Amino acid sequence: MSLCESVLEILEQQSRQQHYSKVSRVWLEIGALSSVEPDAMRFCFDAVMQGSLAENARLEIVTVRGQAWCLQCNKNVLIEQRYDTCPACGGFQLQVNDGEQMRIKELEVE
Amino acid sequence: MCTVCGCSEGETTIEHTHEHEHHHGKHSHTHDYGSGAAHAHAPGLSQARMVQIEQDILSKNNQYASDNRDYFSKHGILTLNLVSSPGSGKTSLLTETIALLKDQLDISVIEGDQQTTHDADRIRATGVKALQINTGKGCHLDAHQICHALENLKPAAASILFIENVGNLVCPASFDLGEAHKVAILSVTEGEDKPLKYPDMFYAADLMILNKVDLLPYVDFDVAQCIQYAKQVNPRIKIVQLSAKSGIGMESWVQWLNASRAMQLVDFSETA
Ligand SMILES: Nc1nc2c(ncn2[C@@H]2O[C@H](COP(=O)(O)OP(=O)(O)OP(=O)(O)O)[C@@H](O)[C@H]2O)c(=O)[nH]1
Ligand SMILES: [Zn+2]
Ligand SMILES: [Zn+2]
Ligand SMILES: [Zn+2]
Repeated sequence: MSLCESVLEILEQQSRQQHYSKVSRVWLEIGALSSVEPDAMRFCFDAVMQGSLAENARLEIVTVRGQAWCLQCNKNVLIEQRYDTCPACGGFQLQVNDGEQMRIKELEVE
Repeated sequence: MCTVCGCSEGETTIEHTHEHEHHHGKHSHTHDYGSGAAHAHAPGLSQARMVQIEQDILSKNNQYASDNRDYFSKHGILTLNLVSSPGSGKTSLLTETIALLKDQLDISVIEGDQQTTHDADRIRATGVKALQINTGKGCHLDAHQICHALENLKPAAASILFIENVGNLVCPASFDLGEAHKVAILSVTEGEDKPLKYPDMFYAADLMILNKVDLLPYVDFDVAQCIQYAKQVNPRIKIVQLSAKSGIGMESWVQWLNASRAMQLVDFSETA
């Protein structure tokens, strides 16, 4: 919920800088390791955008898979959750390097 | 995100707030909400276009958090963000901790709660300064609210500031308040798998307090398993087992507090 409010805040702020009055589509990039549930995000989005410049805007969520560097295998591996072990060697020495983001990428505006 | 500025939903209330200067005054934050729709276009013409913004959803919060962090660092204030599910014993732990330490050092408390001022009243009864932030529907505190609370609370230099976050193990994990450490409090009545169910929170915390250990004989709770889960999510996490009620284990917590406080004071001098 609060994340949607932060999104709206950014949309409002950017509307002044980029001169638009209506947002019809919003692309979010959400990492699989961030604490965001895409379904919950969709659910809140419509409610929060009601009555705003992004009322009825379409939400597009681009999911980014979790990735980490395995010190033992010396390569990047895909992980589903933060506490996963390395799928190749089963090791714990993983440094997460992708999939934590929560970003607004792009907007379609009028 | 506060009624002071009218910058957002208008659900939040901060006790006794009147000033409107931000203590750091660096960022100008615009409070002209709703006036954004100035550039209306002629009907019939489609003006659709794409705008790249590439902005982190939490960037605004993180900016406030970083301002708060500077403020704490400048004044040598150790700030701890206490997070947990409802009822794990945050307020009890605070009142007991204050009773142990208030003669030796300055302590103040920011209480986050959705509705009541009940917790702040409990803290004030111990004789230290406390300020309540009611978040309304909001399920966490954000850095902007803390920034305003600081203007009113004005914690002393070289003091400890506790922030009792809203009881919720999800949202507070994402919102940096500028604190030195998040402390996750888990009680033995909640089940040992909490760290696996809410990994983001336990990953973000530097210390996990396992509270209500006085109840261990009566509940089915596997302490070793719980610790293993927590370390699995966050290998660096430290764990203290205690009971706010009986007082067992409180000295380990105080030890951790003193060590953290010493770290915060390393580059601080009263005269600076
Ligand atoms: N047995 C036992 N009970 C405790 C302990 N610590 C707290 N409690 C009890 O747990 C209940 C909740 O404690 P609070 O301190 O209000 O918990 P809280 O986390 O502040 O609760 P919220 O602010 O509502 O999220 C109270 O009835 C306390 O008396 C403990 O160490 N042992
Ligand atoms: Zn590996
Ligand atoms: Zn403000
Ligand atoms: Zn929330």
